[in-house]
Amino acid sequence: MKIHIPTPLRAYTDKQETVSVAGATVAEGLDELTKAFPAMRAHLFTPDGKLRSFVNVYLDDEDVRYLPAKEATAVAPEAELTIIPSIAGGCCSLPAAGCCRS
Amino acid sequence: MPATFEAPTATELPKLSNEEIARYSRHLILPEVGLEGQQKLKAAKVLCVGTGGLGAPLALYLAAAGIGTIGLVDFDVVDESNLQRQIIHSQSTVGKLKVDSAEIMLKGLNKNVNVIKHNTMLTSKNALEIFKDYDVIADGTDNFQTRYLVNDACVLTGKPNAYGSIFRFEGQASVFATEEGPCYRCLYPEPPPPGLVPSCAEGGVLGILPGLVGVIQATEVIKLILGIGEPLVGRLLLVDALNMGFRTLKLRKNPNCPACGTHEIKELIDYDQFCGIAPPTSTGPLEVSSHGNVDASANVVDGIAQITVEEYKARLDKGDKPFLLDVREPHEYQIVNLGAPLIPVGQIGSRLNEIPVSKDTEIVVQCKSGGRSQKAALELKAAGFTNVKNLAGGITAWADRIDTSLPKY
Repeated sequence: MKIHIPTPLRAYTDKQETVSVAGATVAEGLDELTKAFPAMRAHLFTPDGKLRSFVNVYLDDEDVRYLPAKEATAVAPEAELTIIPSIAGGCCSLPAAGCCRS
Repeated sequence: MPATFEAPTATELPKLSNEEIARYSRHLILPEVGLEGQQKLKAAKVLCVGTGGLGAPLALYLAAAGIGTIGLVDFDVVDESNLQRQIIHSQSTVGKLKVDSAEIMLKGLNKNVNVIKHNTMLTSKNALEIFKDYDVIADGTDNFQTRYLVNDACVLTGKPNAYGSIFRFEGQASVFATEEGPCYRCLYPEPPPPGLVPSCAEGGVLGILPGLVGVIQATEVIKLILGIGEPLVGRLLLVDALNMGFRTLKLRKNPNCPACGTHEIKELIDYDQFCGIAPPTSTGPLEVSSHGNVDASANVVDGIAQITVEEYKARLDKGDKPFLLDVREPHEYQIVNLGAPLIPVGQIGSRLNEIPVSKDTEIVVQCKSGGRSQKAALELKAAGFTNVKNLAGGITAWADRIDTSLPKY
């Protein structure tokens, strides 16, 4: 399957936008991804191995959290996973100033 | 129509003058807008939270389209570095309050628009009071605290939120908090911990990207007011400017969402605390973390001693130079540096063997403004280095207070 990597996490995939991995389920695909790029692991999973709640994973255009089998959902080889992180940017300007202190 | 916004009936709508009819003729001849649609736009009140990268094109297009009342929330002043993307401000308004600068541009574009300036930081104390007078809220802020604040205030007041967000080359847009659609918390139940996601001030942003995303927000605002088309309710639009890719993903309303599902959030909370960051301080040198300020006047933060640029300079003057390590990116090092060896923060873990000093030697870690160096210092400490300090405020503080000949970026 192909996994789309969002900009903030590309620092951990040698700047690759997409990574192709083997794996029969969503969980296996993510596992392969973090084996290939170990620094990603802490960004995607909690220390006890659960997907972090601010990271959304989509199988094609469906949120994995709402699929009946969740991360155990089977993934076809041509399917695409997309990792959607929280991003907050919008009006950033000076450090320690601004409409929102960023 | 999925939107909750209820437009006034035709009899209550304000009349258009002949001048307005001529001005908006390209709208009036569109059957989907027409005279009544233009009157709805004139009657509408839209609040832009933030007049920065997203708020700039958003407010400009809303003014041009004939939105009757535009509210602006911002407490910043215009800086020259804003002008790379914040096209509502200009060279001549550098140093002015952003709400004043934006008003000049909006009034210059359309004299009919009523601009209401809220020169304040949006907080849990004032958000509901400010929101209640508006029909649609457009969130163009840049930190997680305000994102959750705007969301919860929209859910509590029943106002739709035309949402946009950007980072580097990537954008997101949606319409949250309509009656039947999901809210921001349905998508992101919890904020990331501080330090995990860099801010634009640290990560940069392509100047045209907020233009693209802000105009998408403006489009959604106008559709909500006119009641036409399919707003981005229950959908998240992803924009990738590098490959010019646009994708939409389905969003679900979470029945267990504490804001719009179970409604257990009945009032606004402390969003700094919710996002795990210290509230801003008005004294002491401030350094920027991923999405908030860390009070560097505290000498030790998370077990890392903080050294000010003045203290570091005094050490240099005494000939007692500690080992300095720069943890920024190579392209930043090219702009300005203090001559220190460079290991980007993301590579510290795998390049520990390149640090040419013993683990008990004093190391001062430096970045742009003190956030990433703090993170790197923590990593070094965890790797067994016993005397690691963070240069508070980074090279920006050095350029501000020690060597003012250096460029700041």
